[in-house]
Amino acid sequence: MKQQELIPHLFRTEYRKIVSVLCKRFGFEQIETAEDIAADTFLAASQTWPYSGVPQNPVAWLYFVAKNKAKNHLQRHLVFESKVSDELKRSFDETFETEIDLSPQNINDSQLQMMFAICQPSIPVEAQIGLSLRILCGFGIEEIADAFLSNKEAINKRLFRAKEKLREENVKIDFPGAAEIDERLATVLTTLYLLFNEGYYSSSQDTIIRKDLCYEAMRLCTMLVENKLTSKPEVNALLALMCFHASRFDARIDQNGELVLYDDQDTNLWDPELISKGAYFLNCATTGNTLSKYHIQAAIAYWGTQKANTHEKWESILQLYNQLLQTEYSPVAALNRTYSLSKTAGKETAIIEAEKLKLTNNHFYYALLGDLYAGIDNDIARQHFQNALALSRTQTDKQAIQKKIDNL
Amino acid sequence: MRHEDGSKIASPEQMQEWMKQTMDWIGGIAAQNKFVGGTGLLFADAKVVHHNKMVTDGPFGEIKETIGGFITVRAESAEEAAEFAKGCPVLQGEGNTMEVRRIHKNEGGH
Repeated sequence: MKQQELIPHLFRTEYRKIVSVLCKRFGFEQIETAEDIAADTFLAASQTWPYSGVPQNPVAWLYFVAKNKAKNHLQRHLVFESKVSDELKRSFDETFETEIDLSPQNINDSQLQMMFAICQPSIPVEAQIGLSLRILCGFGIEEIADAFLSNKEAINKRLFRAKEKLREENVKIDFPGAAEIDERLATVLTTLYLLFNEGYYSSSQDTIIRKDLCYEAMRLCTMLVENKLTSKPEVNALLALMCFHASRFDARIDQNGELVLYDDQDTNLWDPELISKGAYFLNCATTGNTLSKYHIQAAIAYWGTQKANTHEKWESILQLYNQLLQTEYSPVAALNRTYSLSKTAGKETAIIEAEKLKLTNNHFYYALLGDLYAGIDNDIARQHFQNALALSRTQTDKQAIQKKIDNL
Repeated sequence: MRHEDGSKIASPEQMQEWMKQTMDWIGGIAAQNKFVGGTGLLFADAKVVHHNKMVTDGPFGEIKETIGGFITVRAESAEEAAEFAKGCPVLQGEGNTMEVRRIHKNEGGH
């Protein structure tokens, strides 16, 4: 890897680890210090490596520098804060090595604990996702702004406010106790689910960032699956869901960044490895008595990996949506349920059901009605597609709807 | 859901078809975000406790109609709830009925 690619690459993989370990050591209230030290470490690398050459073990170099910077910080802190005796400072020097622990085990634990610290219902979900991207995924502020179709200032403000709030709440960086793990895990899973969706259904035109968001969500979910404490059935189900969806990533976006509709996708571009990984984790998710919404959605996503339009497929999907909607209502599930109903019971039946949904501020609602009326009454279909066009906000959606109008 | 005669035994295929219809019916209500909960009632292990505290297996034979289950919906009015009830597959059976009742709440809401 060339030097100009190496540092950004290492930033992505190592920044989050250094921040998590330091922040765990300093406490959440000093998260900015941890971030500053990690950023300074990379600055030092970008200043020295071009002249002195890339060290033999770049990661070890980064850890060494970060440790020294952390040590300096703690020492300064000690001198200023408590004016400690020289003797105490000496013993501090000796014990320090074991205190900043950049061992793989502690790096892993710190990141998982950081995940729990960030995913708190007390801050808005967008802030949880933003902080996760920054602190757990090593995204730059600009990249986060791109992903959210926002600007650097707004993102900085959002993250700053979220950190303030977490400090006020006196958030601890540790594993939740056994009694509260399920509840805390639910918040973490929601954030990872939304992080994945942000990439999968993102309004950003930048395909690389979108893919990255999905892979990061999968990486974090994999970390939860690999830890005994957190590898619960619903976590495996969520990972299965992500694998099934991600298997179509290359097929659903064309070279121009435009969305390719499911029926038009080239199945050769579906990733069989991710599909079988999804099946594996879905199987892991069926231990125990938990049937979460992620289980149901993973089962639906499984059927999505079966291209053949069999009656069994659509009947199964319909029943799964019936079940999902009883567990938790969402407009998307209601629309998809009605679409699958059109596949099992015909368009006329589905139109009656669709018109009861009354999701009149949702462009997908009108797109669905347009699809259902297409071939039955194209004038009504066109009217619905026009409504959908007027309500849709992203270029990708507008293009997809325009294509449907053109096809009428 | 009231069944006129609980002693009729349906074939497994018929049961499965009813189950699907019921799930589609409930799914349609849930898709409107108006489903609250539902409880199907089985005939297996059914008992009737009489006024003299005598317990019999039942309610077969001696009671004219039985309750097959109930579903709770979020409706604007009893009329809307009745519209939902019209879709219940139980009504395909002659003599079966759906009864719409408001849930008793102190604040007097629906």
